[in-house]
Amino acid sequence: MISIWFIFLTFPIMVMKVNTVTKTVVWRWHNIALIGIGTFVISTVWRLALERSQRERRPDEAVHHDPSSPAGAEEPAHPIIARYRTLLAAAMRPKTKKFLIAAFVVFVVLFPFISSLYQTSIMITALIYVMLALGLNIVIGLGGMLHLGYIAFFAVGAYTYGILYRFFGVGFWVALPIGAVLSVVAGVLLALPVLRLRGDYLAIVTLGFAEIVRIVMNNWTSLSNGPQGIGGIPRPGLFGIPLNLSQVTIYIYFLIVTVVAITIFVVHRFENSRIGRALVAMGEDDIAAEAMGVDLTKTKVIAFALGSLWAGIGGVIFAARTTFINPASFTVWESIIVLSCVVLGGMGSIPGSVIGALVLILVPEYLRAFSDYRMLMFGAILVIMMVFRPGGLIQKKRKAYTFDVSTETEVVS
Amino acid sequence: MILEVRNVTMDFGGLRAVNAVDLQMKEGEIIALIGPNGAGKTTFFNCVTGVYRPTHGDIYITPPGAQTESIKGLKPSRITHKGLARTFQNIRLFPNMTVLENVMIGRHTRLHAGVLGAIFRDRRTKEEEERVIYDSYEILKKIGISQWVNSQAKNLPYGAQRRLEIARAMASEPFLLLLDEPAAGMNPQETKDLEELIVRIRDTENISIFLIEHDMSLVMSLSERIYVMDYGKLIASGTPSEVKNDPEVIKAYLGEEVRA
Repeated sequence: MISIWFIFLTFPIMVMKVNTVTKTVVWRWHNIALIGIGTFVISTVWRLALERSQRERRPDEAVHHDPSSPAGAEEPAHPIIARYRTLLAAAMRPKTKKFLIAAFVVFVVLFPFISSLYQTSIMITALIYVMLALGLNIVIGLGGMLHLGYIAFFAVGAYTYGILYRFFGVGFWVALPIGAVLSVVAGVLLALPVLRLRGDYLAIVTLGFAEIVRIVMNNWTSLSNGPQGIGGIPRPGLFGIPLNLSQVTIYIYFLIVTVVAITIFVVHRFENSRIGRALVAMGEDDIAAEAMGVDLTKTKVIAFALGSLWAGIGGVIFAARTTFINPASFTVWESIIVLSCVVLGGMGSIPGSVIGALVLILVPEYLRAFSDYRMLMFGAILVIMMVFRPGGLIQKKRKAYTFDVSTETEVVS
Repeated sequence: MILEVRNVTMDFGGLRAVNAVDLQMKEGEIIALIGPNGAGKTTFFNCVTGVYRPTHGDIYITPPGAQTESIKGLKPSRITHKGLARTFQNIRLFPNMTVLENVMIGRHTRLHAGVLGAIFRDRRTKEEEERVIYDSYEILKKIGISQWVNSQAKNLPYGAQRRLEIARAMASEPFLLLLDEPAAGMNPQETKDLEELIVRIRDTENISIFLIEHDMSLVMSLSERIYVMDYGKLIASGTPSEVKNDPEVIKAYLGEEVRA
């Protein structure tokens, strides 16, 4: 059925080809057969997968609603899933876990030396997005506030460095803290008027804010050099040692790896702290949170400030890496990509944001081989993801605490 | 008087939801506010807990061992900090957080850790965090839902969710607990357990209780004094037996006799 529909729908595009020179219509009948077979296969696979995911979900719910087994009994799983789980369980064993972490660290350190300059450069871009996703995750994932203007803070960071360099010749290491602070200030300035808004209204205001920042940068030519952008921004220095292009790329790579590591560390600690918990509670139910003594104003401002901080730092690094910035880098589309990273990875989950950003930035890069269908495949991946794992790749899991009931002392796991 | 409400009126546009209500409450009392649906009971609660700012009138509290002060117009979070905690008519837990975390949020207003403390995790923050985990678990044990400590709140059975709301409110160390229909949707056995729990909270924790309830058997056996509201006005108050025989109350609940 679906195949026939598709044949019908795509008929004008795929089958008829108008030759404008000779003014004739070329009929490409063989395409019909291809589309028919293709869509049939895809829809069959789609159906099967959908059925399976529903079958998996049902016993899951049954377990959760059974009050007698709050821990959740293990449901019989498909052999492949079972094997995957065993692997996962093995990976969770402390010794293996340590080994895996060590291997990962070694890989991260060696990466720029074993791969080409091009690969390293892509990885830097991806890591900048990882930072952005982690920062936005604080506002969206934890605080549940739909923020569509996140890229504005990235722009604030980047332009801080650009403008400071243009007028005062300021270097990277001085611009980094200034950019971070200005981003936080911008975050607080945005947070204050939107305190009373939520949901759609908040989304529109933040969207507007991002556009304001971009348009100001576009038109305030005396400050930002308008659409021509600011060029020749110096790369970060290493105690005055001159570096060639490949060395400086590796240097920036390690810089961004360090900053991402710090971001993960901070966000991780924040997440399970008093304020972090209050933020999550506010995202779940703001009225109840306020009734429990959570100051919504303070919590929202903190969330916006902490979220913007990482965007600001990321912006300065971005400006230093590309050495050129103009308003075209900070369109709403970029905000949407960062938002997609967070949602795809799993709202509120740190590994989710990291993997979401890596997938969303690296996959289109490596799909360059299929350049014509790149965005098509990209879109398909997104749709499939959202149907089968609506909670994201790695779903948020709240911290569990273990209690030794007999001695009444608690051990934090 | 730990709670004194003077002439509180709440208008929504042209609608007067609460009309000149006066109410006093002594320390250690269990009092109830009853009335037909739409009488303005929950609106009154919202005025006391700061969700709404009353149009007229004033609300005073006197925490044990402290000065009398007005709480009119304060933010809900400040009022909770001053020692009034509440539950909601339609359960408002944090569904995706664990049971323990729900209670820890209740503790929020008694803690001090800030963002920097969270990031650098100094000794004070660490000790405070350990303390709050321990205290929250103790509260769960008292309320009798500690077996679900790490479950997500939304996966709890209904009765346990209601109890968790009470546990969460108690975590803020209130001197006055406002319960909005705590027995709604409970079966008779659960209601009986709830009654015991409320009395125990009053007796052992020294918390005064102010409840809105529709379950008359619970109200009559539990409360020492009852206020009755209808169309935003207080129409009667007194002991359960006084209220039960008040003609105004009977009229509000059963309607007036119509002469044919």
